[in-house]
Amino acid sequence: MRKLPTWKELTLAGIITEAGNSVEYKTGNWRTLTPVVNYDECIKCGVCWSFCPEYAWEEGEDSFFKLNTDYCKGCGICAVECPRKCIKMVEL
Amino acid sequence: MAKKVGIEAAIAIAEAAALADVDVVSAYPITPQTHIVEHLAHLVADGILNAEFITVESEHTALSAALGASLTGARTFTSTSAQGLALMNEIVYITSSMRAPVVMALANRALSAPINIWNDHSDVMSVRDTGWISIFANNAQEAYDLTFMAFKIGEHPDVLLPVMINFDGFILTHVIEPVVLFGKEDVEGFLPPYDHPYKLDPDRPVTMGPVGLPEIYTEVKKQQDVAIRSSRSVIDAVFKEFAERFGRKYSAVETYAIDDAEVVLVTQGSVTDAACFVVDEMRKRGKKWGVVEIRLWRPFPFDDVGSALTSGKIKCVVVLDRAISFGGPAGIVMSEVRSALYHVPNRPIVIGVTSGLGGRDIMFEDYVRMFELGEEALRTGKEPEMVTIIGVRE
Ligand code: SF4
Ligand code: SF4
Repeated sequence: MRKLPTWKELTLAGIITEAGNSVEYKTGNWRTLTPVVNYDECIKCGVCWSFCPEYAWEEGEDSFFKLNTDYCKGCGICAVECPRKCIKMVEL
Repeated sequence: MAKKVGIEAAIAIAEAAALADVDVVSAYPITPQTHIVEHLAHLVADGILNAEFITVESEHTALSAALGASLTGARTFTSTSAQGLALMNEIVYITSSMRAPVVMALANRALSAPINIWNDHSDVMSVRDTGWISIFANNAQEAYDLTFMAFKIGEHPDVLLPVMINFDGFILTHVIEPVVLFGKEDVEGFLPPYDHPYKLDPDRPVTMGPVGLPEIYTEVKKQQDVAIRSSRSVIDAVFKEFAERFGRKYSAVETYAIDDAEVVLVTQGSVTDAACFVVDEMRKRGKKWGVVEIRLWRPFPFDDVGSALTSGKIKCVVVLDRAISFGGPAGIVMSEVRSALYHVPNRPIVIGVTSGLGGRDIMFEDYVRMFELGEEALRTGKEPEMVTIIGVRE
């Protein structure tokens, strides 16, 4: 773990000066249930990708969306929004 | 060229913002501040002031837009009063916490309910602990000078905090007084360009106002508290430079006739000049009274208040509050004064009075009554814990 800054070391008002460092914040360990896709039913519409609050779906070469478990926090939004209802939230 | 003109204080304040060459004015009109923003709107519309005038639908947005503008590196001015400040409240705290040096002219007015558009200090006292530098002006000239200086104070790289200039609604805002207005050439070099070290800039992306998790929040707050406390040296330096260049002196605590005074009245804002007049008159009748004004409200000048109130022959301090802390420590200013004197051995008696709420005039005899309460306390040796509301119908 990084050493936390003292009030003197901290940037003014805690401003974050590195762009894009939220990738370091892994929310995957919040998860209790994991979305699992039945790709036989999937129509590659990308609704899961667009609704996911953590940008956890990544489009593969085959245009199917694959889960990045580093960031999926298990909220279940994708499973609710999937028009094919082909995402199941399961205990892994 | 500087010239002395008869001008409404509100217009003078707008002229001070224009003199500072503000880039952005973001404000919503409210009595008794209206003439300030109206005049700025005129200056922008007439092409005299090259600034963006953001018309908004509420004060919450007025200050939100001002905050954002300030963080892009634009010199930003806003102005409000009472309910307007109340509606801004969320962003008041955020502006100081994000270290945006917005300048606000606050036309002091009573908070509703009942609805009251007249003067007291309940608005400024409601944001006492929000981390803004807060300074009181007593007349139109001071309001003009201090509004101009506010930019230099707040934008100083060691400060980067918003500054609130307080002046009494109607009593000052709507009164025409002689004011020396500067020409641009008179103030050349006084106000350096504003440069925020982390301004919002697509070429250098930063995140401002991010989530501060429990392991960070405390440090941000400590940093902020140190910043406002150490702003004092910058405030003093700006006052000093202003006096050297333009001849008008300002200090954190102002005193009047205290050298031989036994009873002094502590004031803020336009009542100060009135109290000094009362002191002059009553000195003709043998009363050794004086006035101490706490001009700088935040950061609170504890040492200056302490040394002014323990100087000479002062035995009793009467603190005039223009707002009430309901169920709290009697007078708001009074409790600060008592804290400033807490460590002092043989400190003077401190008593509190409240007067001039919601625009009720404080008459000559009311001031006399305040001083007499001080004399009474000295005679009886009793220091009443609670404030006396002067002139309340019992
Ligand atoms: S469960 Fe929530 S976080 Fe995980 S992939 Fe679905 S929408 Fe994203
Ligand atoms: S929302 Fe459902 S159907 Fe659409 S791509 Fe995602 S898993 Fe496939």
